[in-house]
Amino acid sequence: MNPISSYLSSSIGRKWIVALTGLGLFGFVVGHMIGNLQVFIGPEPLNRYGHFLQGLGELLWVVRLGLLAMLVAHVVFTIKLRLENRAARGTPYAVTTRRAATLPARMMALSGLMVLCFIVFHLLHFTAQKIDPSFLALHDDKGRHDVYRMMILGFQSKAASGFYVVAVGLLAMHLNHGIGSLFQTLGLNSAKVRPLWEKGGVAFSWLIFLGYASIPVAVLTGVLK
Amino acid sequence: MNLHLKVWRQKDAKSAGKLADIEARNIPEDASFLEMLDIVNDDLTGKGEEPIAFDHDCREGICGTCSLSINGVPHGPSETTTCQLYMRKFKDGETIHVEPFRAKTFPVVRDLIVDRSAFDRIQQAGGFITARTGSAQDANCLPVPKVAADAAMEAAACIGCGACVAACPNASAMLFVGAKVSHLALLPQGQAERTSRALKMVRTMDEEGFGNCSNYLECEAVCPADIPASVIARLNREYTVAAVKDGVA
Ligand code: HEM
Ligand code: SF4
Ligand code: FES
Repeated sequence: MNPISSYLSSSIGRKWIVALTGLGLFGFVVGHMIGNLQVFIGPEPLNRYGHFLQGLGELLWVVRLGLLAMLVAHVVFTIKLRLENRAARGTPYAVTTRRAATLPARMMALSGLMVLCFIVFHLLHFTAQKIDPSFLALHDDKGRHDVYRMMILGFQSKAASGFYVVAVGLLAMHLNHGIGSLFQTLGLNSAKVRPLWEKGGVAFSWLIFLGYASIPVAVLTGVLK
Repeated sequence: MNLHLKVWRQKDAKSAGKLADIEARNIPEDASFLEMLDIVNDDLTGKGEEPIAFDHDCREGICGTCSLSINGVPHGPSETTTCQLYMRKFKDGETIHVEPFRAKTFPVVRDLIVDRSAFDRIQQAGGFITARTGSAQDANCLPVPKVAADAAMEAAACIGCGACVAACPNASAMLFVGAKVSHLALLPQGQAERTSRALKMVRTMDEEGFGNCSNYLECEAVCPADIPASVIARLNREYTVAAVKDGVA
């Protein structure tokens, strides 16, 4: 077997792919959050930012396809791992007492799949604007797509806002285990740095939740209008 | 003290097994868990019944032969081996579930005895150093930094019991293999075969059918030798570096 396929068929090689793609997606999640939080500064910076991204043209598609590839690889490899893990367990115990595995750790597949469903909805909602096609017609006075109004209108629906808060909650839960876990998988862990990754990962996942959830909450409570 | 046991009974590898209710009577508090089973077995044999088959050897916590999942925890509630677990940890009248270590890779041989020879095959794939036997060379020619010596010693404490696999929801052997690979990767004697060892041991681990690590850390919580999960991080690193070295070499 050639060295690359041999590495990718090993348990550790596959976990590295999950961790590297997880890290890449995590980077996007952080960047996307910072971009969105500009909504609190006002329409001008947010619309300018949206316009800048649209202006990237072909380059935007390179980024999009890169993200898609990472997501597909992440999902394909986690499914492979999960199937192998289930087969390896064999006869179940009559009684099992868990001592260490946290709830977010045990929910990775579920939170991951929910995030996947959310990503599909989210793209239809705000990127393709298929859920409410009137979003396509929103333009600001400089003729740019009015991302700001789209966010406000989108989140004025209680159902949509509630759904987003739950979804980013699940994403944060995925990262609650995922961030610490990825450093362990990539071999960047030791007794010395372990508390940093574990506590830092949990703290960071909360930041992600609060950062993303703050936008629908601010719209619903009328802080943003 | 008296206890109600629910013990896995299985005639042989091919038969189906089930949990059987067995009473343990007049057990001294200071008996070990295995001594409790000895007393129960005396009782069973006296009545003309089959004694419960279980694994044991040193009974002092160093050989890694004893096993058992006790109330859902491999080696039971005391963070030692089963042979070092004492009945005073339990309450009089308590119901105790006693099951074999479970994993696809650890098939039941009889009752509570499982076949852990998959670990032997992983060890044989690379968990050793090839060295000329005979007179040892002068120790001062092999300087080992104190930090490395301590970390290697910590990893070398693994007794190969398999509790890590039994506790892991994925039946992964990463803590065991991590301990073995770390131990030798940290010492000068382990350098010559460092790359091939990581590759071969992981390949054998995968071929045997152990699961992948999801970083649940259940293994670390039950390990009687206190092997830390950082050996898994080291294994992840050693293996990837080895794969790169081997791939370009
Ligand atoms: C924005 C999207 C996502 C991000 C940022 C993300 C991030 C991560 C990270 C950082 C890890 C830890 C890697 C490791 O253990 O080394 C992880 C693991 C995992 N992810 Fe995701 N993920 C995302 C989407 C998904 C999706 C859509 C699924 C759907 C199936 C999924 C399923 C999993 C599973 C099952 C694991 C655990 C794998 C294991 O340890 O066995 N993730 N993810
Ligand atoms: S790592 Fe711990 S639990 Fe696993 S085999 Fe070694 S001593 Fe037993
Ligand atoms: S019998 Fe040797 S460790 Fe328990």
